[in-house]
Amino acid sequence: MNHLLIMLPILIPLYGAILSLFFWRSVRVQQFIGILAQVCLLVATFLLLFDINENGIRTTQIGSWPAPFGITLVADLFSAMMVITSSITGTAIYLFSIKGLDKARQSFGYYPVLLILQLGVSGACLTGDLFNLFVWFEVLLICCFVLIALGGTKPQLEGAIKYVTINFLATNFLLTGIGVVYGTLGSLNLAELAVLVRMPVAHPALITMAGMFFLIAFGIKAAIFPLFFWLPASYHTPPIAISAFIAGIITKVGMYALIRLFTLIFVTDQDLTIPLFTVLAGFTMVIGVLGAASQNDFRKILSFHIVSQIGYMLMGLALFTPLAIAGSIYFIIHNILVKTNLFLISGVVARRHGTFALKKLGGIYLQQPLLSVLFFISAFSLAGIPPLSGFWGKFMLARAGFEIDSFAIVLVSLAVSLMTLFSMTKIWNEVFWKKKPDVDPLSEVMTQQQQRDLRLLHLPVVLMTGFILFVGLYAEPVVAMAQLAAEQLLNSELYINAVLKR
Amino acid sequence: MEFILPFIIGILFSASLYLILHRHFFRLILGLILSGLATNLFLFVIGRLTRGGSAIIGQDESVAVEPFADPVPQALLLTAIVIGFGIQSFTIVLIKRVYQSFGTTDLDDMNTTDQIDENH
Repeated sequence: MNHLLIMLPILIPLYGAILSLFFWRSVRVQQFIGILAQVCLLVATFLLLFDINENGIRTTQIGSWPAPFGITLVADLFSAMMVITSSITGTAIYLFSIKGLDKARQSFGYYPVLLILQLGVSGACLTGDLFNLFVWFEVLLICCFVLIALGGTKPQLEGAIKYVTINFLATNFLLTGIGVVYGTLGSLNLAELAVLVRMPVAHPALITMAGMFFLIAFGIKAAIFPLFFWLPASYHTPPIAISAFIAGIITKVGMYALIRLFTLIFVTDQDLTIPLFTVLAGFTMVIGVLGAASQNDFRKILSFHIVSQIGYMLMGLALFTPLAIAGSIYFIIHNILVKTNLFLISGVVARRHGTFALKKLGGIYLQQPLLSVLFFISAFSLAGIPPLSGFWGKFMLARAGFEIDSFAIVLVSLAVSLMTLFSMTKIWNEVFWKKKPDVDPLSEVMTQQQQRDLRLLHLPVVLMTGFILFVGLYAEPVVAMAQLAAEQLLNSELYINAVLKR
Repeated sequence: MEFILPFIIGILFSASLYLILHRHFFRLILGLILSGLATNLFLFVIGRLTRGGSAIIGQDESVAVEPFADPVPQALLLTAIVIGFGIQSFTIVLIKRVYQSFGTTDLDDMNTTDQIDENH
């Protein structure tokens, strides 16, 4: 039963996708299967979390091949928290897609591909094998390629070509890194690698080199400072349901892989990695937020903010104390929820007014007060206003920074928070507060059907805002869990013993 | 033979980077394919080349006879080739589609999604 529990986050989306492929012609059935699968996934991941919270790290061996030889699936608190967040997001996206995405795209394999994307995320978070990690990343990346290009409008194709090229290169870096690791250490199992790097090795520099390959590969996927240019060029091009899911999840899975590898395996040369991460984190935050300040399109501002927020997650890894890693984990969870929700809100706004340009929008506070409140909560959460969720993550990171006297990076992070607030107030002023310019009375008229659809679109946004409020206002258990997860990450013995059963 | 392979890999990597940085679509495709090839070759060589010895355990033995070639990199390579092939074919179709709707083969024309449009 326990083995099945680890497999379920992988099996449910897989079977859901296969099943919905059988009903290619009937979008209705696909929608039903998709939502059913997402709800099952949500339940399964919560059960997994409770189980891990009680009994510690869970492992299972695929095909019963013993640990260092076969493929291992490992679920610790961090991976369980990731799959839960991704299933919450997935559920919201499914609810949004039913009314929020055009029929043509829906009938062209959107639902199965989205489920396989979910499968890739679960797999990447649960695997305990380096090469298997690469395979799951390919699964989720090829789904992203398809989703970004789905529909084939001009901006989408242009975004897709940039996305595909740079991610293909990242994949090759990843494979090269895996090759170097296997060539020097002779294993691919993460737990065994963790044992091997802690013993005296012949060429410690080679391991650092492999680490740099992984940093570049996952740095591209996570959009870290000099490698982020593909993100603002492609994330805003597909329809909002697709870009919300991709923007919410994918970069954070890259960040997950970085945190996993650089706490478990590449810890031998911290004189190099910690200053490097600190510099990268600082630049990622600052460049991202400055890029956002120069934009005047709802979605593009949000896209640049993804880059800026990735900097905070990297900052936790750069400080490398238990509290800092816990801060990073909490921040990842908070950011997936908030970012997806902000994208969804921009989708609701665009559905009503047909544009994302700040100049053309306005007066939404008057027309849709509920939506404005939902945006207000999410935006202030992103900026880190207490008592909302972003505050706790930033508080943990800043405190961890002060504890080890890294004042520079903490100051940068606090200044970037202020700039984030500036961007959010800019959206608030332009979209919600100011009077709508040149109102065309005809465009304001909606049929009853349209009004009903618009109201239904609020449902996933309300759901996500509920989770954001829960994570923010009832932060204690989530923070405690993040701290436990950080302890599990930093005590590699726990992970090694759980996998190798010593 | 083992002496030449690192140089071949290096040449393949640099040629692929040069081609990817080129503006023409076709060279982009070539670059991506070459870069995939270089990575695969690297994975293959990393397990050390042993010729004429497969890791098959005979009927009367309990372990394979030394020297045998490491089967793991070969398995990795096989997976990597299949995945790479899938992505490359997707890329080629995508580029063909881009060519059809933009009517250009110049990557420099692909800069509209980055622009800040003032009077959007």
